[in-house]
Amino acid sequence: MRNLTIKTRNRVINLVVYAVLTVGALSMAVPYVWMVITSIKPIEEIQSYPPSFYVHHPTFAPYKELFSLLPMGRYLLNSFFVASLVTLCNIFFCSLAGYAFAKHRFYGRDKIFLLLLSAIMIPYQVNLIPGFIIVRNLGWLNSFYSLVIPNMAMAFGVFLCRQYIMSIPNDLIDAAKIDGCSEFGIYRLVILPLIKPALATLAIFTFLSQWNSFVWPLIVIHASSMRTVPLALSVLNSQFGFGANFAMVMAGATVVTLPVLIVFICFQKYFIKGIALIGLKG
Amino acid sequence: MKSDKGLLKSLIQQRYSYLFIAPTVILFCVFVLIPVIASFLLSFTRYNALSAPQWVGFSNYYNIFFKDPRFWKALKNTVIYVAGVVPISISISLLLAVAIDQKIRFKNFYKAIFFMPVVTSFIAISVIWKWLFAGEKYGLINYWLMKMGFNPVDWLMSPTWTLPAIIIMSIWAGLGYNMILLLVGLQTIPRTFYEAADIDGAGSWNKFWNITLPLLRPTLLFVVIMSMINSFQLFEQVYVMTAGTGEGVGGVLDCALSLVAYLYEKGFQRFEMGYASAIAYILFAVILLATLVNMKVVRSRFEY
Repeated sequence: MRNLTIKTRNRVINLVVYAVLTVGALSMAVPYVWMVITSIKPIEEIQSYPPSFYVHHPTFAPYKELFSLLPMGRYLLNSFFVASLVTLCNIFFCSLAGYAFAKHRFYGRDKIFLLLLSAIMIPYQVNLIPGFIIVRNLGWLNSFYSLVIPNMAMAFGVFLCRQYIMSIPNDLIDAAKIDGCSEFGIYRLVILPLIKPALATLAIFTFLSQWNSFVWPLIVIHASSMRTVPLALSVLNSQFGFGANFAMVMAGATVVTLPVLIVFICFQKYFIKGIALIGLKG
Repeated sequence: MKSDKGLLKSLIQQRYSYLFIAPTVILFCVFVLIPVIASFLLSFTRYNALSAPQWVGFSNYYNIFFKDPRFWKALKNTVIYVAGVVPISISISLLLAVAIDQKIRFKNFYKAIFFMPVVTSFIAISVIWKWLFAGEKYGLINYWLMKMGFNPVDWLMSPTWTLPAIIIMSIWAGLGYNMILLLVGLQTIPRTFYEAADIDGAGSWNKFWNITLPLLRPTLLFVVIMSMINSFQLFEQVYVMTAGTGEGVGGVLDCALSLVAYLYEKGFQRFEMGYASAIAYILFAVILLATLVNMKVVRSRFEY
């Protein structure tokens, strides 16, 4: 008798769990589905009532219009170029510095590291205005320099690499030294291969945060040809965001969102492990 | 003199170390350290980005606190936003995390679905939700509200509903991130505790309240603080949701003006950069204060 009640109770709990998750998952998915559906609707169907999830005459016209109105190809390339370059630089500079902070003994090491670390605590808005002035005085407004160089070595990446490298046994490094390995050789041949998982996490999050970055590009990029995709989407939004041409805006949102979602689905495991590891949103 | 020589010698010996950290440290100094200090100094000046800054002492801070109702509006909106998003988002995330932590099928599928907004740019999220919140007829949300017998809400054109709309959207967007962190916390709780409770005949609710919640406290504290820090920096959502209303960054009657939106308007649209720097430092102070208060409250509330 008691067994039976426990069984039914478990079944009820199970049911509740699935119900909660399904309702949650649906509410997560609906906005994305609605975005894609709207982006392939002809205008008559967008304006028809009631709103329907079924598209009678799917069309790619909103995408054609989007790409003819704005150089979206160029914007995608801009974003891809900046995000890739910043990611590569971060992998190199952060692991290099992380190695020195983790395994070298040098004057002022801990103080410098603490200073770097404290930067993570400061909200980025505090640096925004002087950052803009510095970039302007360097003549970098409206150029890739302003998007890439200030972000090339993030403090949090150094922190991540240092934590990971500290767990590498010193014997490995000593052995390489005895074999006559140079300092850079140790970094390249011993350290780098061993910290690949940390670098994968760092790469994913750097790329993501750069791809989605908005405030900094908004401030330093004014020339239309230099826009990144979030900037382009925001321009699209402010020009057509309240008009009848919502299909095109949704097409823009799809173009911005889809590449990242596809990459995410491919590397899902690393993403979720990464966020668990570092607990930082891109 | 001798120690100087020793120092110099050791510096030469350590040249590789310095070489390795040099790129990071130089970039850090130019783009973080100097700006943080410069911003502090600028907050005591009047500066329009063209002519040299003029020292004005505390007058920016004085004007902000005593003569600027828009600042108070921005602060109020931001606090309402934080107070709305953080508790609700974390409660729902906790519910979802506990649900996913059960023995269920399609675990990774659910995780992936909830995680999608975390990898989507806030600009795209806001644009999508703007369409969901759209006027009386075409917006999906209003359509469903009407089907359930409620009156449609003019979400983004009415001063009352813009901020709640942004809060709803941001809760949705933050669920996955909080959920993953809480899930990690849940998985660190030893299963033996639950087994022992089972033997004692404890119910699910009892187990949640007396085992899960207390042991999850460090993770909860972390999630609350992270979520709060992020929420205080509200900007993109406001920027997108209010664009096209024909008003400033804050929307109709500044109904959604946040601290960062105000900072942006002052600094980069009106070029009152000294004033904007002062707002930035006040934001910094507010975040720091909220973090400290939180640590204290959570520590004392859940002490066991």
